[in-house]
Order: sequence, then C-alpha cells, then structure tokens
Amino acid sequence: MSTVAIDKAGPTRKIKYRSMSRDRTWALRWSYFFLVLFAIFSLTPPIYMLITSLKSSAEISAATNPWWVFHPTLSNYAELLTSNQFLRFFWNSAWISIIVVTITMLISVPAAFALARMKFWGSATLATGVFLTYLIPDTLLFIPLFKMFALFGDWTGIQLINRWYVLLFIYPTLTVPFCTWIMIGYFASIPKELDEAAIIDGASWFQTLTRIFIPVALPGLIAATIFAFTVSWAQYLYPLVFTTSTDQLVLPVGITTTLIKGDVFNWGQIMTGALLGAAPPLIIYAFLMDYYIAGLTAGATKG
Amino acid sequence: MADVTLRKVVKRYDDVEAVRGIDLDIADHEFVVLVGPSGCGKSTTLRMIAGLEDISDGDIMIGGDVVNDVPPKDRDIAMVFQNYALYPHMTVAENMSFGLRLKHYPKAEIKSRVAEAARMLDITDLVDRKPKQLSGGQRQRVAMGRAIVRNPKVFLFDEPLSNLDAKLRVQMRIEIKKVHQKVRTTTVYVTHDQVEAMTLADRVVVMNHGRIEQIGTPNELYHNPATRFVASFIGSPAMNFAPCRLEDVAGRLHVRLTDRLAFPLPPQRAARYQAIQRTDKLLLGIRPEHVADARPHADPGVEPFDAMLDVTEPMGMETLVYFTLEGTQVCGRVTPNAGAKDGSPLRMAVDLNNMHLLNEVTGAVL
Repeated sequence: MSTVAIDKAGPTRKIKYRSMSRDRTWALRWSYFFLVLFAIFSLTPPIYMLITSLKSSAEISAATNPWWVFHPTLSNYAELLTSNQFLRFFWNSAWISIIVVTITMLISVPAAFALARMKFWGSATLATGVFLTYLIPDTLLFIPLFKMFALFGDWTGIQLINRWYVLLFIYPTLTVPFCTWIMIGYFASIPKELDEAAIIDGASWFQTLTRIFIPVALPGLIAATIFAFTVSWAQYLYPLVFTTSTDQLVLPVGITTTLIKGDVFNWGQIMTGALLGAAPPLIIYAFLMDYYIAGLTAGATKG
Repeated sequence: MADVTLRKVVKRYDDVEAVRGIDLDIADHEFVVLVGPSGCGKSTTLRMIAGLEDISDGDIMIGGDVVNDVPPKDRDIAMVFQNYALYPHMTVAENMSFGLRLKHYPKAEIKSRVAEAARMLDITDLVDRKPKQLSGGQRQRVAMGRAIVRNPKVFLFDEPLSNLDAKLRVQMRIEIKKVHQKVRTTTVYVTHDQVEAMTLADRVVVMNHGRIEQIGTPNELYHNPATRFVASFIGSPAMNFAPCRLEDVAGRLHVRLTDRLAFPLPPQRAARYQAIQRTDKLLLGIRPEHVADARPHADPGVEPFDAMLDVTEPMGMETLVYFTLEGTQVCGRVTPNAGAKDGSPLRMAVDLNNMHLLNEVTGAVL
C-alpha cells in the first residue's frame, strides 16, 4: 500500500519541479536575449570608434566597408600620444578629477555622517535639500555660475575664468550633493547598535566615522568615488564654457576643439582621443567592481 | 565595580512617557534583571544607564556619582547588544580590543586581557576570525568578550540571547552566569523572557507601562507576587485566575468559585483574609502546580474537586490539564499516571496553602 502511495506522489512532485525549472529556463532565455541586445546596442559605438581609430585618414574617407580595417595603422595613437597638447589635456583632466574626488570625499563623507547619524535640528530637511540640489540640471547653472566667477574676478581682481583650476570650484557643486546622498544611504544602512557600541567603547564621533563607518561603508565610499571621478572626467559643458585657452583645456573639450579645424574633422584622431579618454574610468571600474559589489556589512549583526 | 542608583528617573518622548519615575538601587556585584513585556520601558531604562538616551527627569548614579550628563564613554560601562553589534571589518581580537586601543593601553596588556577573556569564553581559537565567519552563539561570546576586556564598572545586557535558538539560549544563559560568578561585575540585564530573568538574576525588577511593578528575588516574585501583572508574568504555565468571593459557611471562611464549588480556607489564610468584605469581587490566583491530581491522603488545606478535562498536554515528567470553571480556563499539573484524558473527568485537588487572593478591580494581591 505504502509503496503505491509513494509511486503516486513521486511523479506529481517531479512534474512540479520540472515546470518550475522550465519557468526559470525561459526567464533566463529572455534575460539573455535582452542582455545581448543591450550589449550589442551599447557596444557598437565603441567598436566603431576602435575600428575608425585604426584607420588612416585616407581609408576613412575612402568608399570601403566602414566596419572593416583593410590597412590597420597605429599612427593615430602614435601622433596623439606624442603630441604635447593631447598629453596636456590628459594631464589637466587627471589632475582635476583627482583633486575633485578628494574635495568631494572630504566634504560629503563627514556631511553624510552628520546627516545620517547626528540627529540635529533640521537634519532631515537638510538631507532632502542636499538631494534636491542634485536634481537641478547643471545646464541651468552654468550661466549664473559664469556670472558669479566673472563678478568675483571684477571685485577681487583674481581671474579664475579660463584657468583649469576654476573647475575645482565648480565640479564639487555637482558631485558633493550626489555623493553625500549616496553616503547618507550607506551610513543609514549601518545598524545603529554599531555606533552605539563604538561610543560605549569610548570612540568620539570622529573616531566612529573613521574607524567604524568608513571601513564598513567602503563599498559605498568606492561607489561614490567612482561617481565623482566619472562626473569630473566626463564633464563637457562646464569646461567648454569656463576654459578657452588650449593649455587650460580638459580632454573631452580639447579633443573636439583642437582636432576639428574649421570643417575638417580629423576622425581618426578624434576617435583615438575619445577611446584613450574612456580608458581610465573603464580601468577603474574594472578593478574596483569587486569592492563595489562586496557586501562588507555581512556579519555585523544578526541577519 | 560599582553600585548603580536610579532616582525618580523619567523618560519622555514628546508627549509619551516611556519611563515614569523609576527608583532602583543596584548593589555592587549584583546581577539585576529588568523584565517585562515589550514597550514596558526596560530597554529605555538600560539605555539611560548607558547614556545612549538622555534622562528627561531624575538622577542616575554609578558608583555614587551622578552621571546624568556624563557621556557614555566616560561612564565606564560596557554593553552587550541583542544583535551583537560586532565591528564587521575587524577580527574577533580587534573587536574585543577596540575600546582598549582607543584608550591607548599598552600593547602587552591589551594582548593579555584579550587572551584572558577569550579563554574565559572559550573562543581562543576564533580570535583571528571575522564576525561573519562566526555562528550566532560565537558572536554573542565575542560581544561579551568585548565587554569583559574593558573591565568596566557595570555590564549592561540588552536582550543578548533573543536572537539565539532555544537550545543555545539555555547554554549561553549558563555561560553568562558563569562569567558573572568569575568577574563579579555589577550587571543590569534586560529581557522579556521571564525564565531568563528567574534563572540569571540575584534580583528581578518586573516592569510594566514604564513603572516598576515589583522588585525581588526570583523566589519572592514567584511565591509572593505583589500584583496580578507580576503573578501572571512570572511562571510558566502562567498562574490561573478565577473570579471568586469570600463566604462564611458554618463559621468557617470559604472561597466560592461557582454555585457548586466552594473551598474552606486553611486557618492561616482565613485569618489573613478575614477583614475583606464578603461582597468584594475577588480573583483566586493559583499556580498550575497547586492544581494537581487528588491523592488518597490529602494534606490540610488541600481540597479535592471533580473536573471535566478539555485538553491534556503530556510533557513527560508531568501532564498539563486544562478545564473550564464558569467560563474561565484553568490549568493544572498532574502526574503522568493520573489517568488524565481529553474530555474525561478527573478527581483533582487544589492546594489552598499556596493560594493568592487578588482584588479584581485594582489587581493588587491581598
């Protein structure tokens, strides 16, 4: 009797199991389909850039298959990497990004800690305010900002416009609000007991921040750093407006202003410059991605 | 080591009073457990002692000094949290030594203190691990180790065992008791589990609605509860309460439960309750172990009666039986071989020497 019952129960359960796995298989197929579609969509431009960067100007203008390199050459790379002007752009971009990231972190981490943990009068409103600041499009701000720096120059005689370091003042207005906002979220996710334990252990607010919060929220910190770096590295509008002399330009602006002469587009070098410019963020993402994903808070408390 | 004193301590959140004027004296070396249902203010009280919550009114003294405005780090206390609150990026040893390192203790001393605490808690093998590599029980040991190495004046425990499974909880309970026997640090321990409170405490403080209901040793609370709340909160299965009134029958004081059921009171109980108005609405409080199966030779004060059992729960060493008295469910504990069966009658006996009489309106034990 009992064997019969088991035989009956067996297939029913199996079928159920199978249908679940079939569900999963279909879900996976669809996700792969859309992921591949998305990958093709977003990778086509960089691949086209790579192809173009390996062509000579003659081949680019020739009526051949644009998706194939018949006479690959590295001359575009060689020319750009030996050009002082291009290296200058690269250098400006790198310096600005590194300093902006540093400034951003020095401001937004303590700010986020204060807003997330030190409950003071108006802290919640202030936190929302920080986020609202980020929501204002930067294209709305460049004219008033330009006016401000121009006025500042008129009043004090200190000319900041058309100096690369003016960007050190401007970029943080974009990066600080967002990074503060991300860090508030990360800090808020740290269990309250952790800072209470630290306080009872004798840590000051500053020690709680540096010895507990920053290490525990490291993935968030890295995410914010990457964001700040990407914003300052890829910024186009502000440097275009605020800097004009070729020795003050950053990479994205430099490429478009110096490699386009009148109506002559030096496509090979433009593509090469853009590819080289895209490399640093790519490398940073690749190396820090693991950190970015790692859940360091696991094990702090139950759960 | 120090004593802890609370004087009329009040905690107000906006217009809600979480703690309503608590007076408590905790002696040096004493293990005091604050127990009560959630929202009774026990955790808030502990956090005020720790300095994690401001005191709205009153005074808290540690070692004779008023610490109302002293920040937590200067109160020389250590706290163990319900969710352990271990620093996830530090190893066990680093977790335990964090407080000492902040105070710039010499390295050799830190090392020896951590080793000593690890040995006491049997976690010597784990000192190089990170918290996420530990089980719940091990994490709780580390959290205790972090408190021990500091050698503080007072240990504060905030429901430290609530996150552990039942078996581990019993084990850690014994562990905590052992540690206290060794280090003898004044301890304030918060729990909602009355068993934990009874087993660990030198004295138990039962709290309800932000007030202290009763303070006493576990046995005092169990045998002489002051209020209905304490009587029902302490002990498992809980004390039975049945509506009743007093009655004089043939010159003897009786307690009448139903029209057909009344018991004569034993002489010392009768003397105690003599002054009570016969018309007062009362509750008879009696613990399940005093409602047992009838024995052939009953002691004085043990009165037999017949009960129709609704449900029986065999527990092995005893059987819990449930029956109804005028709409009130009563629980009794009978021997396994008493023949208790669901839905069948059983000759029971109630031990009135251990009865309690409560005022039904105020809940006070008379």
